[in-house]
Amino acid sequence: MDSLTQPHNFPGKLIIVEGIDGSGKSTQLQLAKRYLEAKGLKPFFTEWNSAELVKAVTKKGKKKMALTPMTFSLLAATDFAARLTHNILPPLKAGMIVLADRYAYTAFARDVVRGCDRNWVRQVYQFAPRPDRAFYFQVPIDVSVSRILSGRAQLKDYEAGMDLNLADDIVESFKIFQGRILNEYAKIAQEYGLTQIDATHNIGDQQAIVRQYIDETLADYNPPEQPQSTEEAAA
Amino acid sequence: MSEFRYLQHAMPYLPKDGCSGKLIVIEGTDGVGRSTQTVLLKEWLEVQGYAVLDTGWTRSKLVGQAITDAKQGHSMNRLTYCLMYATDLADRMEYQIIPALRSGFVVLADRYIYTAIARGIARGAERAWLKDLYGFAVAPDLVFYLHVGVLDLVPRVLAAGKMNYWESGMDMNYGDDLYDSFVAYQGELIDQFNAMADEFGFVTLDGRQDPDDIQRQLRRAVGDYLTGTNGSATTGVAPSLRAT
Repeated sequence: MDSLTQPHNFPGKLIIVEGIDGSGKSTQLQLAKRYLEAKGLKPFFTEWNSAELVKAVTKKGKKKMALTPMTFSLLAATDFAARLTHNILPPLKAGMIVLADRYAYTAFARDVVRGCDRNWVRQVYQFAPRPDRAFYFQVPIDVSVSRILSGRAQLKDYEAGMDLNLADDIVESFKIFQGRILNEYAKIAQEYGLTQIDATHNIGDQQAIVRQYIDETLADYNPPEQPQSTEEAAA
Repeated sequence: MSEFRYLQHAMPYLPKDGCSGKLIVIEGTDGVGRSTQTVLLKEWLEVQGYAVLDTGWTRSKLVGQAITDAKQGHSMNRLTYCLMYATDLADRMEYQIIPALRSGFVVLADRYIYTAIARGIARGAERAWLKDLYGFAVAPDLVFYLHVGVLDLVPRVLAAGKMNYWESGMDMNYGDDLYDSFVAYQGELIDQFNAMADEFGFVTLDGRQDPDDIQRQLRRAVGDYLTGTNGSATTGVAPSLRAT
């Protein structure tokens, strides 16, 4: 089984972004995607929590507040496994570039804050290949909160950690919960050697740094050969 | 009262103290008569004055139905299969098994993590990974294993109806038709159970015996265990009332 601590042997490249809500990681990944497309590459994009298999279950469990830290963690792992098998491994094996918005590290941070055992969560994700580049967008909690509250309608219960009874007020709960997640991310960034980006800088400056790192990661990358047209094949 | 024992990592938030019940597991491959034995044992225990909770795979409120639905289609693969079953157990652990053990029940599990580990290995998942995955499970007090060889199993399954797609491991392409696949897949499961018998201290019973004989052996072993350890007997039922 692939391990998060060993480089994978697939011909493709896996580039992922991590960070708390409001860190701007998704924006950065979109811009990176544009950059790669402009270079004539065809990156695959995938985001957390998108597999059909457990979508309905997670939704039901969240609505009824019936999820426990462990079932929350295992459902997310199931979802991740489905996404890995359907969206990440095939293009990676076919030699493509895969861009993932959040990866296993999200679970390491969030599930541990919810109360799961630190080692257990890491063991559950042993099947995940190690990314070729993992960016961590680091942002102070106040910046993240103000970005989220200005840009979105409402905080969701689980996103704010309301299941943990940290505070009665949802914004207050969100701050405490995401603050703890930040602490976990700091440890994870060390442990797994994530590339840290200061997400308080302006978007363009961050993207310039991101692109430099991506160029570095792709230095030994050979895109799969395009199917030849019949004329070329005949010639 | 005693402490909860977990297979590996106690989830830091799960209870450590206050386990006053017992967890008894009946394992065995498909078609061995396990469920029948579990039902009879439950009735008998209740007559003896023990409160009993019975539990089994895909009976969680959270994902039981989702697993059943997913098996109708082709939306599960090796990893998601293992993880969905783990989710099912985690939900039952926190909402059924642990609360019942805290209340002094005998929890009777018709199959437990050993089935999940055997099935996972038969689907190509790593044994060490599966054991880690199920590390959150409460360690059982007793595990009975109804053992039969695969060739003894075939006529029983055919007599009971027909071979089932999943029980034949058809999702794994073990063989061309249901029979070949059933023999190969169930044979693999039985090998895995046999390998776990020593490691996890199963009490192995010969599943080819008459069902009444098997039930008598189960009652004797469970009765001795519960009275010997002064488990959770709620009444002073005279030992003479116990079936032998």
